[in-house]
Amino acid sequence: MIHRIEVAPKTGSRDARGERLSRQIGELGLTGAGQVAVSDLYFIEGDLSVSDLHRLVAELLVDDILEAARFETVKVHGHAIEVTLRPGVTDSAAENLKACADVIGIHGLTQFAVGQRYVLRGSFDDAQARLIAEKLLINDVVQTSSHNAPIVAPFVTARANTEIIVETIALRDVSDDGLLAISRQRRLALDLAEMRAIQLYFRKEGRDPTDAEIEMLAQTWSEHCVHKTFRAKITYTEGNAKPRIIDGLLKSYIRAATETINKPWVRSAFVDNAGVIAFDDTYDLAFKVETHNHPSALEPFGGANTGVGGVVRDIIGVSARPIANTDVLCFGPQDSDPAKLPAGVLHPRRIFDGVTHGIEDYGNKMGIPTVNGALCFDEGYTANPLVFCGCLGLVPIGAHPRAANPGDLVVVIGGRTGRDGIGGATFSSMEMGVETALIAGSSVQIGHPIHEKQTLEAILIARDEKLYTAITDCGAGGLSSSIGEMAAELGALVHLERVPLKYAGLQPWEVWLSEAQERMVLAVPPANWPRVKAICDGLDIEATALGEFTGDRRIRLLWDERTVGNLSTAFLNDGIPRMELAAEWAQAAPASLLPWGEGQDEGLLSAADLTSTLLAVLARPGTRSNEDVVRRYDHEVQGGSVVKPFVGVGGKGPGDAAVICPQDVWRAGQGRNKPIPGVALSVGMNPALGKIDPYAMAWAAVDEAIRNCVAVGADPDRIAILDNFCWGNPRLPDRLGSLVRCCEGCHDAAVAYGTPFVSGKDSLNNEFLGADGKKHAIPGTLIISAMGIVPDVTKTVTSDFKRAGSPIYVIGSTRDEMAASAYQQLHGQSGGKVPVAAPNALAVYRAVHAAINKDLVRSCHDCSEGGIALAVAEMAFGGGLGATVALDRTSNLPVEVTAFSESLGRLIVEVSEENARAFEAALSGHPCTRIGEVTNDGVISMTGKAGVDVVSTTIRHIEHAFRGHLTEAA
Amino acid sequence: MTAKPKILILHATGSNRDRDAAWACELAGGAPEIVHINQLTSGDRALFNYQMLVLPGGFSYGDDLGAGKLWAVTIKHRLGEALAAFVAEKKPVLGICNGFQALVKSGLLPGDEKATLTRNERAHFECRWVHLEANPTSPCVFTKGLEEPIHCPVAHGEGQFVARDAATLSAIEERGGVALRYTDASGAPAGYPHNPNGSIGNIAGITNRSGTILGLMPHPENHIRPQQHPQFHRGAIGRSGLPLFQNGIRYASQL
Repeated sequence: MIHRIEVAPKTGSRDARGERLSRQIGELGLTGAGQVAVSDLYFIEGDLSVSDLHRLVAELLVDDILEAARFETVKVHGHAIEVTLRPGVTDSAAENLKACADVIGIHGLTQFAVGQRYVLRGSFDDAQARLIAEKLLINDVVQTSSHNAPIVAPFVTARANTEIIVETIALRDVSDDGLLAISRQRRLALDLAEMRAIQLYFRKEGRDPTDAEIEMLAQTWSEHCVHKTFRAKITYTEGNAKPRIIDGLLKSYIRAATETINKPWVRSAFVDNAGVIAFDDTYDLAFKVETHNHPSALEPFGGANTGVGGVVRDIIGVSARPIANTDVLCFGPQDSDPAKLPAGVLHPRRIFDGVTHGIEDYGNKMGIPTVNGALCFDEGYTANPLVFCGCLGLVPIGAHPRAANPGDLVVVIGGRTGRDGIGGATFSSMEMGVETALIAGSSVQIGHPIHEKQTLEAILIARDEKLYTAITDCGAGGLSSSIGEMAAELGALVHLERVPLKYAGLQPWEVWLSEAQERMVLAVPPANWPRVKAICDGLDIEATALGEFTGDRRIRLLWDERTVGNLSTAFLNDGIPRMELAAEWAQAAPASLLPWGEGQDEGLLSAADLTSTLLAVLARPGTRSNEDVVRRYDHEVQGGSVVKPFVGVGGKGPGDAAVICPQDVWRAGQGRNKPIPGVALSVGMNPALGKIDPYAMAWAAVDEAIRNCVAVGADPDRIAILDNFCWGNPRLPDRLGSLVRCCEGCHDAAVAYGTPFVSGKDSLNNEFLGADGKKHAIPGTLIISAMGIVPDVTKTVTSDFKRAGSPIYVIGSTRDEMAASAYQQLHGQSGGKVPVAAPNALAVYRAVHAAINKDLVRSCHDCSEGGIALAVAEMAFGGGLGATVALDRTSNLPVEVTAFSESLGRLIVEVSEENARAFEAALSGHPCTRIGEVTNDGVISMTGKAGVDVVSTTIRHIEHAFRGHLTEAA
Repeated sequence: MTAKPKILILHATGSNRDRDAAWACELAGGAPEIVHINQLTSGDRALFNYQMLVLPGGFSYGDDLGAGKLWAVTIKHRLGEALAAFVAEKKPVLGICNGFQALVKSGLLPGDEKATLTRNERAHFECRWVHLEANPTSPCVFTKGLEEPIHCPVAHGEGQFVARDAATLSAIEERGGVALRYTDASGAPAGYPHNPNGSIGNIAGITNRSGTILGLMPHPENHIRPQQHPQFHRGAIGRSGLPLFQNGIRYASQL
């Protein structure tokens, strides 16, 4: 029997969720809107006496001060919409309910499910109710719903005696067309050359492949897993120049930079799941940034949620404890007209809400502080948002073992396996379209952060007791990918019937390929297995030995005694033919090379206009305060936060980079009378510049990430960076050409700064069908994430001005580089010059760092978007002070260029008057100009030649521009 | 010198500020040990061997059926007698954030009075720094004699304290059951954001009748080093959360 219980706020109790939804309905622009009431639904299947049912409800489901339970459905005046997760979608509440029923002594219940009921009261008609349901309440990808009818409990019907089927795919004798048809029908995303290689292999083996084998090959060879484009041989043509051959983007540019720079403190670059650098004499740091774009487009909460879970597993996969998360999010404009969105595309505001909620849920529940990030808006991200999730970890030096031995057990730890995300790796390598929406139902998942938390704790104990010899995470491709990778040198024998399942009925290939979340694979010597099992049992997490690593260099899969697969590891890992691609880059349009003022359609602006320009730049969606989002992330857990996301008086000013001191380091360093080091995390990006020149974008992003780290006190000679490329279809030469140019910029900038790449990831095929019916690529987007070592956390610096009377300096030189600047975008202008490499930037940053270490710097702020004008305004606002600045002291350019140009390599610094000479001496030989003073009157005054007013405003106006949109945060 | 009091930091599946609490206890002079609830039920560890108990922050069992709810159920059914004996001996118990929620939902706090912790007024999770003032008339062993306010972060989505009715609230108030309140920087009562969750009477922490159990939503364990202070770069020092732990540990060592 199925019991339905509804739990609703008592009359007179507040319904905070309902109030929030009512507000969101208002934002949908529905006039005459009314109220929403939200209640929770619980479904319990099993034989349950009335008294046990009431006890279960009273003890587990109802808070009797505020809530009451009902067992009947109630007819309402208005619309009742009921929602539950689809069968098989992770439902941690239901799992916990089941466990707790046992704890209170109610046994024998078979299934649990959780849902919500929304009652819309007011003047909504049917169509409006459906619109509200579609836009705010339901996502068909993971949920089912009902309108004015009780919803059916989403229970999986047990298929007790499912016949185990191992299908054979006859491809040895088919034509090229046949091969392509197989690839298409099974959604393998393999091209002809790859299908031919597979055909040839099985001809040699003298048999046809099984379903598990061909699916495993498709997944292992997917763009997502093997990064075919970055390894491809590319014929590149730039303008009218002779075509040249690029022997792999990764090798020629990214790795090449790291090898040229050759820093001794790089422990591992591009080898492991994460990039690893030395931290102090006990610990290393591991950093990884991943994308989860397509899942987030379809199910924003689940997509971002599992994006965080995935990158955290990358860090666990190098035996590190996760100590900080980062996130960079690119969305369509939040005020997009819902009527103009392409079919099937969620509104950018809903994507924003779901994604930020998903990040919040996973990071907060795992107890990892989310400390740094960025938001970026562009129409090009409307149908294809970008979600970059980063994780930093701390690992004792030498604690990450990498060598499994024959005879070691293949052990899976963590969540159970269901039909989750089957084909996720190949799905993420496809373009967004009708087809992807259709198969997404099985590709998108909801995370279970508590499983991952317990898995983490178990693994760290096992690590410290040296119980495993190798480890990797289960990500895209599931067990197939993780075991395939770990067994590359050895081979493995895996008994698939031993894999713990969420529900019965999975076929062997589905078990092998499932992308169920929260699983890790370990190689465990048999003698250590009982201890590993005991650790996991003690932490309420499952561990299962599936088989062993062998030494025969074959991946052998069994289901009981039946063979499901038997592949050579050499073919699996090295058999993929190398792609050959063509790329071209047309020279930048001549307009972008013109100096400021020439070839522009608009005249120069007056002083009043420049003040309003400054305020308008501050109020742009990507620039203004995102405190409402950031405060929903726990940035204090683990106690390591030294420079917080918001700084200054009242914690309202923007920070440049987060600085954290890992708890283990801090605890070990107490009372040792030695400086305690920290790590700065920052990000650099400029997709608007990339639309003009991806080479310039790469320089700007690398410089910004490094500059932000230096601004808070990181040593410029101890910074490592990560690259994340999100691009369009690389088989189109124009898309690939711009990617080539971006990689060249990455290489040149990294070498110039002596800053190695230690990890990176690319997400390609970010294309979508526009409302015009044409294919569009997203703006090619490069994110540079930096980690920089801060030698002494007591010497960190924040951006807020500290004291009236302090001199203000501009470090670095301002050039006529207005292309893609915030100023231009705001005024709808084009043309101008793009920012180019700042001469001697590394030497300048070293000098600033030395000054910080000598305690000569009171505050320091990155000068980028909005130029000097914006940086000074933010510093004054952050400190609750004012500033008087003479812009003409730093350049002879037109005053709006001096104020708003976005030249690279610049920082604004506040120094005390008594340290001014020492600071100038520390910067001697570098561009360093005293441009004004901090004042205490809250007035920001900037003048040009002959003292003419350029900007004149107050910090109250700045606050209004920067924070005026925050309705929920004070 | 007496031995450092042994402090059991109770780890439930999903706890995540257990290490932070252990660090604070260690700095405050205690000997903390993080123990999973399964180690107590299996007999691997015994509660009576410890002088103080801390229920740390986190998301026990994902907080799926209401924050702290399932942890409270587990404590009641698996640890009920041992915990009742611990409390009866007047050994100190500190519940922080999720630990406070569990203490309230298991009925250990406020005590005979009916109260709960529910969703923040703004219906979402929030992380920000708050000022706490101790109630000088409270019998709470953790806050007694705390003259300086505490400045520390909150990080929760369900921290709004609600009493069953006005009479219940006055009963709690009259016996000094409110141990800590949110204030603004000057120490005056103030609304959001100083009171981040909309708790009635700016209540941040509650103690039982004997004053040996304290539950609070904010995280004093996250302000135990000067560099954690958000105004550290502007020269701010002090108002650390450590005295609260020192008080509890001093009390425990005198038992």
